[in-house]
Amino acid sequence: MTDRTLRGRVAIVGIGETAYYKHGKSPDPEFVLALKAILAAAKDAGIDPRRIDGFASYSNDRNDPSRLAAALGLPELRFSNMQWGGGGGGGAGAVANAAAAVAGGLADCVVVFRSLAQGQFQRFGAAPPGGVATGEAALNAPYGVMSPAQRYAMRAMRFLHENKIGDGAQRAIALASYAHAQKNPRAVMNGKPLTAEAYDASRWIVEPWRLFDCCMENDGAAALIIVPAEQAKDFAKKPAYLLGAALGSEYRNGARGHNAPLYATSSFTTVAPHLYAMAGVKPKDVDVLQSYENFTGGVLMSLVEHGFFKAEEANDFLVPDNLMAPGGKLPLNTSGGNLAECYMHGLELQVEAVRQLRGESTAQVKDPHVSMVIAGPMVTPVSSMILGSVETL
Amino acid sequence: MSYLKPGLPAPVAENDGLDAPYWEGTRRGELMVQRCKSCGTWQWGPEWICHKCLSFDIGWVQVEGRGKIYSWERPWHPVHPALKDQGPYIVVLVELPHAGNIRMLGNLLGDPKQQVRIGAEVEAVFEPHDDAKPPFTLVQWKYR
Repeated sequence: MTDRTLRGRVAIVGIGETAYYKHGKSPDPEFVLALKAILAAAKDAGIDPRRIDGFASYSNDRNDPSRLAAALGLPELRFSNMQWGGGGGGGAGAVANAAAAVAGGLADCVVVFRSLAQGQFQRFGAAPPGGVATGEAALNAPYGVMSPAQRYAMRAMRFLHENKIGDGAQRAIALASYAHAQKNPRAVMNGKPLTAEAYDASRWIVEPWRLFDCCMENDGAAALIIVPAEQAKDFAKKPAYLLGAALGSEYRNGARGHNAPLYATSSFTTVAPHLYAMAGVKPKDVDVLQSYENFTGGVLMSLVEHGFFKAEEANDFLVPDNLMAPGGKLPLNTSGGNLAECYMHGLELQVEAVRQLRGESTAQVKDPHVSMVIAGPMVTPVSSMILGSVETL
Repeated sequence: MSYLKPGLPAPVAENDGLDAPYWEGTRRGELMVQRCKSCGTWQWGPEWICHKCLSFDIGWVQVEGRGKIYSWERPWHPVHPALKDQGPYIVVLVELPHAGNIRMLGNLLGDPKQQVRIGAEVEAVFEPHDDAKPPFTLVQWKYR
């Protein structure tokens, strides 16, 4: 272990969320959602919000840190950071960037946040009409490849083909999210359980993905507060220490026109080994996992690339019982995740990972110490992170 | 007659000209891709530099329009107004073994509900859109 690590250097001491809405249904503008989530996180941490001195986000969040700092009357702004590219793949990367800033002494109290109001702004899953396409889009849009589902389905299709993976594997991931959402009153799909029969009968969005393989789109905001580990015990709630984080993607993942040499991946083949090396844990040590579901096939590949099972074991491992809290081998997406809690662009997954370590989840795993988050798969760059209780330090 | 209904975004070359030789080639019915003049590496999509030897001396060569289906998808849900009444359609990613296994994306012509076989051999079909403004030509694929 080198000295250059984030292991045990910072902790998440506050989490905050707005109510979660169907897309376009937020009564508040996006900036107000961001403010409300940040204030909720400060309240959860038991601090005056004016102690915040930095912001980190991802996917070109529209709520500029300088405006936030002015609106909140912060005495000073010391860190303002955007994870570049990759959309929801940057969720753990934003935490990593905030952690690096705190560990490196650039700031003392950094908020990681994401806010979306898709009624105020355009949806991800709809294409603008007409017009022209250039560059990467010119190689895709004229052939009817425009939405994220259309953009990534061929990666999953190739993986499913190469490894002879049947329909049940992706279905199990969807069923786990929906089952957990039924226990979670915050979840948009709470009260709307999903059966295997309903999954099988649902319409195709783009083969190999049915309606329930695809994330929702929602309005809302979420925030986390990151401070130096040595201060972590001074806050209101049990701290969640960062054990490791990694971001990036493998060789030429971003080659245009679907020419990534390792096409049938979720982009984590080089990232995951860095994550485990920093965290000093192995896949079998992970007590509970949140894995970003843009599409279930992406989760499937993420789990393989993070070493939870081999691709040829996917059909056997990915059955609902293995993924359920509290008793499953690998409790997955215990709040309902992007499929059934809220598509808070994945940041709701980091919040849930903290909640699990505190013992506050609505689908609580028994006495977890290692809580992991994998951010959006198949994009580039991607990112993942591992949190631990004080006992893991 | 185009495979997809008209009204989708029209491809135009980038304003720095990087991919202009490709789009100009399709108008002539020629499939043009990059091949490094220094080391012979095939490259697609286009870039200004060879990813292998880092030479800026990238050339364009015509390749035979044939390959094997590497992956595919069948969109059903229309995300663009032009596709509202389209119904399902097939997108294929085709690998060109005779050009360094570069991959090209297009639609698979024929029945949109047909079975798609990964590994099957396909050949390119040029699909001109002469009435579009600006005019362009797409590269589609059909089973050989």
